Amino acid sequence: MTQSMGARLPAGTSVGAPPRPQQLRKAMRRKQSVTRRVVIAVVMAFFLIPLASMLYFSVRFPLSGKWTGHSWSNLIHIQELAADDPSNYGQLWEGLKNSAVLVVLTVVIMVALLVPTMTWVRLKVRWLSRTLEFICLLPLTIPAIVLVVGLGPVYRIVSGLLSTNTIWLCFVYVVLVLPFAYRALDAGLGAIDLPVLSEAARSLGAGWMRILWQVVLPNIRSAVVSACFISVALVLGEFTIAQLLARTNLQTGIFLVSQSDAQLAVTLSLAALLFAFILLMVLSLLSGDRSSREGS
Amino acid sequence: MTVSIDAPSSAPRPVSVRGKGGWRRVSPTLGTLPFFGYVAVFLLIPTGIVVVGAFRSPDGGFTWANITALGDSVVIDAFVTSVILSAVTAVIGAVVGGLLSYVLVTGRPGSLARRIVTSACSVLAQFGGVMLAFAFIATVGMNGMVNDALKDWFGLVTTGAYLYTLPGLILVYSYFQIPLMVIVFLPAVDGIRSQWREAAETLGGSTWVYWRRVAGPLLAPAFLGSTLLLFANAFSAYATAKALITQSNPIVPLQIAGAITNEVNVGHADLAKSLALGMVVIVAIVMWLYAMLQKRTARWLG
Repeated sequence: MTQSMGARLPAGTSVGAPPRPQQLRKAMRRKQSVTRRVVIAVVMAFFLIPLASMLYFSVRFPLSGKWTGHSWSNLIHIQELAADDPSNYGQLWEGLKNSAVLVVLTVVIMVALLVPTMTWVRLKVRWLSRTLEFICLLPLTIPAIVLVVGLGPVYRIVSGLLSTNTIWLCFVYVVLVLPFAYRALDAGLGAIDLPVLSEAARSLGAGWMRILWQVVLPNIRSAVVSACFISVALVLGEFTIAQLLARTNLQTGIFLVSQSDAQLAVTLSLAALLFAFILLMVLSLLSGDRSSREGS
Repeated sequence: MTVSIDAPSSAPRPVSVRGKGGWRRVSPTLGTLPFFGYVAVFLLIPTGIVVVGAFRSPDGGFTWANITALGDSVVIDAFVTSVILSAVTAVIGAVVGGLLSYVLVTGRPGSLARRIVTSACSVLAQFGGVMLAFAFIATVGMNGMVNDALKDWFGLVTTGAYLYTLPGLILVYSYFQIPLMVIVFLPAVDGIRSQWREAAETLGGSTWVYWRRVAGPLLAPAFLGSTLLLFANAFSAYATAKALITQSNPIVPLQIAGAITNEVNVGHADLAKSLALGMVVIVAIVMWLYAMLQKRTARWLG
């Protein structure tokens, strides 16, 4: 990496430059690369030590100091564990299931709500675009802990109409992911020529639904994918609203289980963090491939 | 736009399209109704309930009582602690995260290392919450790895009790603040062109001059803006603190939660609303400043 930098930069600047500054520059680059390594090493240590500690904590009995794979095997057999000992592990399994459903519902509602609206505003009601942006970014200013204070009455109505089931938290989760999803989709829609595409589709006789489904969505696929991934991460990590509205999701499950089985809580946390990391890594590689293909 | 393209297209199809779309032309705004209706129910109404509730007495009349209740020394302490915690972790996050972003940018843009770091940062910044608290309990808590290592290697016995106080919160918060800084500041550092540095060098400027006169002023608004965003982020974080601290409510989000769940004292539900309002006001000011700085940044680095 450093070498390529060193090779690239002087090549562009050496045209009229006297030799002395170039040597200076080389020394500077060397110093820069040392600083770089030190910064990277220190920051990596700060970030890796807690993760390594979680691994250590998950495979060692705290009192006897013996090594064990117990909590990792519990993680795999969590369903049986919940059936055997529902008072301690029932909530965790429940939360895991609820979070899985919440992820799907939130993503579906988010896409169904945002993509048509954003497309429509770009095509027909441009004067609303500032308002739309403001509203979508508003949840950044209204933290979940504030939202939950006012959500009580709203969710009393939701519970009356539907049920008190945790999965209906999907409605407010859509609001939480709004800023991130909006940014991703906005970038995607901005990169295509929406008016021309939609006029072309219309002149070929496509209806509004068909334009959305067969023209807009395929063209902004990578933006939709990235909006979905960030939503998945946010929904799986949500704790505040679920806890304060007394619902059960993955995070409240982990929180509860930590009070009886700290080792399992730590194991599950590490597994969830790794899972989210892999998820985002896949996204990064997918989108990277796409952009490099477009570039060539 | 629509008219100009519709007119020349003499194909038979557009007629049917125009027929179907007739009502829409009456008021295209109607198309955004589902979205705005949804946001009204799940974002605007809850916010309205908080704002109105902060000024409402239990019998429904107007009152300043909930607002004056914020003058209570416990509440003021919580706000002060929250502000200190957010400010300190915002500065730590901004400095370390800023350095890390700079280091990342000097590497190759599409490199695997950079992808790994940005993905890891997204996870830690946006997914963490409760789990990061457990990470630190496993690190410096009672039976944490670092604690064990200190005991085995240096004979140092620590209980890790500081983890559950302000310094502990600062440590854990840094664990998601630094990654957030990388995410929000990286695009700005990416915007710095290597040509600018070359230009500065060609004109005889040293590294110091380059940073002082070129990169520094260009990155300053983005840096300050990101720091503000970090402040707002720490100020509104609840999960991590909740997982660490169970006995008291030293910061505002925990106070709000305490006021919501306290069913013994009826008046506390209204205190939750005024606390929440106080929080929104602070976060809104911070985010407004952030937006202003963002605009300045976009002019140069967009």
